[in-house]
Amino acid sequence: MAKELKLMKGNEAIARAMIASGTDGYFGYPITPQSEVMETLMAEKPWEETGMVVLQAESEVASINMVYGGAATGKKVATSSSSPGISLMQEGLTYLAGAEIPCLVVNVMRGGPGLGTIQPSQSDYFQSVKGGGHGDYQLYTLAPASVQEMYDFVFDAWDIAFKYRNPVLILSDGAIGQCMEKLYTRDYIPRWTEEERRKNAPWGTWGKPANRPHNIITSLELESSRQEVFNHKLQAKYAEMKEKEVRYEMLNCDDADYIFVAYGSSSRIAMKAMQMAREKGIKVGLFRLITLFPFPTKQLAEVAKHVKGILCVEMSAGQMIEDVKLATACGVKTEHFGRFGGIIPTPTEVLEALENKIIK
Amino acid sequence: MANTDIEARKQELLNQGYTEVYTKTKVLTDAVMHYCPGCGHGTTHRLIAEVIDEMGIQDKTVGVSPVGCSVLAYNYFDVDFQEAAHGRAPALATAVKRLNPDTFVFTYQGDGDLAAIGTAETIHACNRGENITMIFVNNGIYGMTGGQMAPTTLIGMKSATTPYGRRVDLNGYPLRITELISTLPGTYYVTRQSVQNPAAVRKAKAAIRKAFENQKLKKGLSFVEILSNCNSGWKMTPVQANKWMEDNMMPNYPIGDIKVDGKLVENVDVNRLAVDHPLTVMQ
Amino acid sequence: MAFKGQIVIDTEHCKGCGVCLAACPMQCLELSKNVNGKGYNYTQTVNDKCIGCASCAMVCPDGVISVYKIKC
Repeated sequence: MAKELKLMKGNEAIARAMIASGTDGYFGYPITPQSEVMETLMAEKPWEETGMVVLQAESEVASINMVYGGAATGKKVATSSSSPGISLMQEGLTYLAGAEIPCLVVNVMRGGPGLGTIQPSQSDYFQSVKGGGHGDYQLYTLAPASVQEMYDFVFDAWDIAFKYRNPVLILSDGAIGQCMEKLYTRDYIPRWTEEERRKNAPWGTWGKPANRPHNIITSLELESSRQEVFNHKLQAKYAEMKEKEVRYEMLNCDDADYIFVAYGSSSRIAMKAMQMAREKGIKVGLFRLITLFPFPTKQLAEVAKHVKGILCVEMSAGQMIEDVKLATACGVKTEHFGRFGGIIPTPTEVLEALENKIIK
Repeated sequence: MANTDIEARKQELLNQGYTEVYTKTKVLTDAVMHYCPGCGHGTTHRLIAEVIDEMGIQDKTVGVSPVGCSVLAYNYFDVDFQEAAHGRAPALATAVKRLNPDTFVFTYQGDGDLAAIGTAETIHACNRGENITMIFVNNGIYGMTGGQMAPTTLIGMKSATTPYGRRVDLNGYPLRITELISTLPGTYYVTRQSVQNPAAVRKAKAAIRKAFENQKLKKGLSFVEILSNCNSGWKMTPVQANKWMEDNMMPNYPIGDIKVDGKLVENVDVNRLAVDHPLTVMQ
Repeated sequence: MAFKGQIVIDTEHCKGCGVCLAACPMQCLELSKNVNGKGYNYTQTVNDKCIGCASCAMVCPDGVISVYKIKC
């Protein structure tokens, strides 16, 4: 497939980007609102075209562990799910992070807790960037705000995953996953050849040639002193990501008296609320997070120096706001506005919240 | 004897006209296994390594180790290895094989890993007929965590969590997962072996060899249960434990092939209930 | 045709489990009264009746026994 303008769903974009970015394998389990990812892959039959393996597993527990096994051979392996399924994957994710295995996981969030609702939500922020599973680890977390970004971030994810030997999470939500938008596709990147795999993933377990020691993929180290050294190494990796891989977008922040901080679907709503505010003469800007980990702490702190207030807009009871307050050291009035349980706020509600919670 | 003395002695014998009958395979590393003296894990490791050696597939083999006593198996095999989360080895192996069809993939799991926490992964890998080899070491107890009840613990058998013996009304029946998976169309070869004496070891090795040969022929899933002792957990000497295994484990877990070349072996009743067999006293 | 056997035991890595003693058809083996660096009473040969059958090596969980034989 060459570069083309298309109309498609966010979930379909994820699937097509996987095929186009040279992904070697996908293992998944159906759950609303992301089932179109695997449905698209199964309908496209990429195994005939690119040799990509696609398998429906018996559970999310199995699919994330299939990702572990496949990705540990140095191949590009991905899965996708939605909130309850991602909860089941937390064990696998901490093992993946602990064994330093590059891979891609997509979470098309729905409302919780528990089985919750199948409607969009953003209440998995803590789970995504504050651990989720046990142990000190981080996932590089990208938050797409459009179908185009759903597509593009899959390509970006592979670069980051293999550069840092770390799992990458695309944290989307049911609104972006289900909505249809225009999208520019890209030229196909072929799957890695055997030589490329060996060059890009020399640590992989594909069968030990006579001229190298056996490769071991494990997250176990019984000797505490060595485990601590390893943890320092992980932390150094995360620090490097914080230094080099932060992504964000600022709109109208230069002259803003107030800013919205948001990511994903909420940033689209906040953008409209910002336009409405400007029409009313209120100088509002939008600081959109693209990476949730690493969080754009320094950049947000800089902007916060010259604003009177920050409204965090998130479809949750208030999770991201904690990192916003940490970034600004609570130096500026900061409030949360969110609808949750599957309800998407309107731009009018967001603007009213700004006026009531911050400006008044 | 130091290593150099051993090698010198071996060379001396060869110089005197002796032929080598047996020596440890190079597919095992020089690392000293952490297993308790007399544990069947060591023997089972050796047999797998010997089969890999004899088939000349060291450079194409990927192993998957479990959580439990054999969690560190990756240190003992000189082949590429992955360490799985508890019970998930068949899921890892599924992906390794599907993404790398030319490799030989084997899982190595204990009874808690394969038949309790990993039951779903076990059954579905078997049911899909993944072209892999599964090695299942059954000693009826959780060794690593200190001797708790396993799904395969016998009725009446004492463990740290069944201190008065396993009771059906409290704990249910011993799970004969090998018989269970033999009924799935995806399994091609299912057998139960043991490693407590030379004859048993020879048969177990032949079974493991067959399981790897099946993989070479892309026949589907081969499953080899190795009935083993846990002398520490059972609180016996290794020799006593092997005897206890023969007297008590084998009536419940009979040795032999259950399914060969995709067909259930005649006269093997996979549905038979676990024997309510009076156990000999555990010391 | 009879064979005479010899075994070489890596006594430092022997764990003294005694499984080989039970497997030997010629009663050639015993556990030493001495211990190795790990504190195990290691296996040693006690006579020259070995026929090189390798039963001991076959059952050794730690692979510490190598077996050689010669026609006699």
